[in-house]
Amino acid sequence: MLFSTRASVTSDTPPGGQLAGAEDPGIHEKGGWGTDRAVGRRLRVFWRRFSRSRSAVLGLGVVFFFTLVTLVATWVAPHDPTALIAQPFISPGPRYPLGTDNLGRDVLSGVVYGARVSLAVGFLAAATSTLIGVIVGAISGYLGGVTDALLMRLTELFQVLPRFFLALLVVALAGPGIGKIVFVIAILSWPPMARLVRAEFLSLREREFVEAARALGVATPTIIFRDILPNALPSVIVAGSLDIAQAILLEAGLSFFGLGDPNLTSWGGMLNNALAFLRTAWWMPTFPGLGIFLTVLGFNLLGDGLNDALNPRLRSR
Amino acid sequence: MEARLGRYILYRLAQVIPLVFGVIVVTFLIIHLAPGDPVLALVGNFPAPEEYVTRLRQDLGLDKSLPVQLLHYLRKVAQGDLGYSFAQRRPVLNIIFERMGATLLLAGTAWLLAAVLGVAMGILSSLRQYSLVDHATTVAALIGFSVPVFWLGQLLMLIFSVGLGWLPPQGMQSIREEYTGLRYYLDIGAHLILPALALSTRFLAINARLTRSSMLDALGREFITTARAKGLPELRVILHHGLRNALLPVVTVMGLNVGFLFAGSALVETVFGWPGVGRLLFDSISTRDYPILLGIFVVVALAVIIANLLTDLAYAVLDPRIRYK
Repeated sequence: MLFSTRASVTSDTPPGGQLAGAEDPGIHEKGGWGTDRAVGRRLRVFWRRFSRSRSAVLGLGVVFFFTLVTLVATWVAPHDPTALIAQPFISPGPRYPLGTDNLGRDVLSGVVYGARVSLAVGFLAAATSTLIGVIVGAISGYLGGVTDALLMRLTELFQVLPRFFLALLVVALAGPGIGKIVFVIAILSWPPMARLVRAEFLSLREREFVEAARALGVATPTIIFRDILPNALPSVIVAGSLDIAQAILLEAGLSFFGLGDPNLTSWGGMLNNALAFLRTAWWMPTFPGLGIFLTVLGFNLLGDGLNDALNPRLRSR
Repeated sequence: MEARLGRYILYRLAQVIPLVFGVIVVTFLIIHLAPGDPVLALVGNFPAPEEYVTRLRQDLGLDKSLPVQLLHYLRKVAQGDLGYSFAQRRPVLNIIFERMGATLLLAGTAWLLAAVLGVAMGILSSLRQYSLVDHATTVAALIGFSVPVFWLGQLLMLIFSVGLGWLPPQGMQSIREEYTGLRYYLDIGAHLILPALALSTRFLAINARLTRSSMLDALGREFITTARAKGLPELRVILHHGLRNALLPVVTVMGLNVGFLFAGSALVETVFGWPGVGRLLFDSISTRDYPILLGIFVVVALAVIIANLLTDLAYAVLDPRIRYK
């Protein structure tokens, strides 16, 4: 899943998990997750499958750790990340564990606060793009016909637009700000999700329980969101968690190009700042970059683990 | 067969036209939706002569309706007029083309590296499934896929240029030397190693993992058993029968990732001061030279569309099973 073609820029590839669990009666039932007891049982089954993979648990651990850091940043960070608190270029030591930068700011505090920006942008952008993708994909896949054709042409257009360059252009023209960054990443990231959800809907809408609902006269929006969508959720969750990783990388790239929110300390921004001082201060690029790397790795491991646990038939060899 | 392939090519070409149109419309909308005067987006933050601004306003017909303005813009792009950079006092298209060579050299080298090494790692891994080599490849692929290229570039520079002093840290050529002949190319080659390595990692990871899984898939098929049963040498079975089939998805994914390749190149060029389009982009952001930003976006978008088209056609030629729609 992680390396599947859904990461690609364009159109003619099937999204990775499009066949996900199509014939898996355990997951596909009318109404999706059912009663509370059934939910409990499912969660236990899920956890047993998930925790079997060491890398999945490691990914979850890393994600959990950085989320925790984000929540308690104000207490863990020794200093204000923007305050000039010491001499510049102090190498890592007992007083300043990760050293200070060219202006005498504490690098450790910067790394802690940077986690906030990366995770916030990652979660919000991925959530928004997932929402757009699910709506477009669900409508497209369920209704078919002209609606489907039009929506898919739109999706294709958004897929060939080079994301990074367009995001740079928009942020450069509209001015930086974390809200705009989230919006731009979300608006450029939904096509793979839309294609994935569409493929799920194409196969699910032919199933008996959908036919039964239709025969009973259930309203179309209810069929789409109450009957079919819950069955497509496993694939959506997997793709969504991998989207978080991509969103974090994209935000870091924008900040690295100097287009991050100027009022917030971000990992990409710290790397941008470090560019000029590689010779003097190896610690300036090393630690913020390590933050990006570990977070992205965490979400990728988590996504792979979720894929194996939620779509067991698709286990990658 | 030939006729059907021809029809398929025409069909794909016809699909390209609306996409190109769409890209230009998107660019046009960005110019107009940007806060402030759209002329600012086309002139940038640099003092432009009053006459030019007036002419631009007339050209754009800002008093006319949006569709008329779009038509004007379309005509300009069709004529290869991507605007004028007042920071550099030259047409945008010329500036971009000048930098294209360096970018293509870097991106092409990285691409080749990713193809050769990635596929080789994938094959080794698939032949010894669950072995040490296989696990090492899997882990390396996961790391390669998660590491941000610009940070990797900085680390490589820290280790091999700043620390060990083996390779030059910046630029494409040694500034103080006047090399000629072979020395000239060797000098460029030495400058190329680190940026190309940094840029190739992500795609190397993708290729390795994809080759591994598609090789495992191909080697499990019946025609492989048949080939072995016929008594063909194992190497021939693996390369001729297995790899040939396993490479198809790799070709597709590599072609479809061209947009990511350019994006990665922009980041790596910025780290290494590589004089390509990406570094131009970075510099234009700090000087607020918007016409160049717009121009680069249009050029990259068109390049991605062309790359996708070529990938599809290559696939159609390589895979006889393809259904021509």
